[in-house]
Amino acid sequence: MKPPRPYDDVPGTTVFDAGMARKGYHLNQFCMSLMKAENRLVFLADQRAYLDNWQMTEGQKQAVLARDYNAMIAQGGNIYFLAKIFATDGKSFQYAAALMTGMSQEDYLKMMLGGGRRPEGNRYKGEAGGEKGRG
Amino acid sequence: MARLTAGIGTSHVPAIGAALDNGRAAEPYWKPIFAGYDFSRSWIAQQKPDVVFLIYNDHATSFSLDCIPTFAIGCAESFLPADEGWGARPVPLVKGHAELAGHIAESVIQDDFDLTIVNRLDVDHGLTVPLSLMFGQPAAWPCRVIPFAVNVVQYPPPSGARCFALGKAIRKAVASFDADLNVQIWGTGGMSHQIQGPRAGFINKAFDAAFLDQLVRDPAALSRKPHIDYIRDAGAEGIELVMWLIMRGALDEEVEEVYRFYHVPASNTAVGHIILKNRSASNSQPRAYPS
Repeated sequence: MKPPRPYDDVPGTTVFDAGMARKGYHLNQFCMSLMKAENRLVFLADQRAYLDNWQMTEGQKQAVLARDYNAMIAQGGNIYFLAKIFATDGKSFQYAAALMTGMSQEDYLKMMLGGGRRPEGNRYKGEAGGEKGRG
Repeated sequence: MARLTAGIGTSHVPAIGAALDNGRAAEPYWKPIFAGYDFSRSWIAQQKPDVVFLIYNDHATSFSLDCIPTFAIGCAESFLPADEGWGARPVPLVKGHAELAGHIAESVIQDDFDLTIVNRLDVDHGLTVPLSLMFGQPAAWPCRVIPFAVNVVQYPPPSGARCFALGKAIRKAVASFDADLNVQIWGTGGMSHQIQGPRAGFINKAFDAAFLDQLVRDPAALSRKPHIDYIRDAGAEGIELVMWLIMRGALDEEVEEVYRFYHVPASNTAVGHIILKNRSASNSQPRAYPS
């Protein structure tokens, strides 16, 4: 059995450790391929065919096609790698972050302008007082 | 001999670079951030560093999961701004200082820090956004830059204590380089932020203020802060702040805080910035620079 890790009780957060890196190797390396402009064009032209060239699980491929970033992260995706996907879509880190919280783009922007998600209620799983979007 | 005169800490949020590159710096959202660096741009124009030793993290740009060096020093003559998926930033080529970089690598490796030497390295926003914040939009960067990449992508990054000790070894290496150079060291990344998962948007102003205070006054104690404290209290990506400890380790025990700036938000991130000057450097006569 895996011993508990100190970060297991941080809410709404997946730490990209060795275990996640093993799980997500091919997903993340697919993302790296989008660093090249010509690959971005090929990917956008037929996403499914492009994904089928990578040794990714079906679940990982479905998560990419659905642009479900939380599902990609749960299957070993790392945000800095996944950034190549939303960059290919012409989207920003703020767009992707808002998407992952389940908030609307407008509400997320408002929260950030208001000083961001507060620490209170958002440091431990099950803590009272967390804001909308807490994991 | 080369002199390490000052240290700078700054966030390196990619959206700041995009705002500048796309001519949006004067917009109400971005204006206070760039205004927060007005002082710094005039200060550095007077300081005229010859070389900046720039500590940053590569964001899955030049290092994929194929190879993840914990500490990597760029020893090439020059470094290209990277295409991170949006196209390369329209910023000048980054010119290195191969001789000093090679000297630092030789020195700190023999001081037990096992660096990875990199001769081909495209540099991403982690390195170019700090240059833009400090120098604006010149046709060429006004100094040489030694890129120093730290792994903060795959957990665990190096410990704060290791980073702090590495800074001391870098200081020793710079001081033993036989050339009259004004060298600055920059630590970048942070401050509190999280850009993944349902907790994205996490910001902790109290943590950030305490971090800056302790960085100035008691960095040895700060260097013992465990990783979990960063992840829990500064957001998952706030752990980038360990890189500031390399910068601080390279400075005098007692430093002069020249300037501090803090602003929320830039995109998903708290922007923090500090300028620290070695007291030993303050006491020396300003050097005349050839034009």
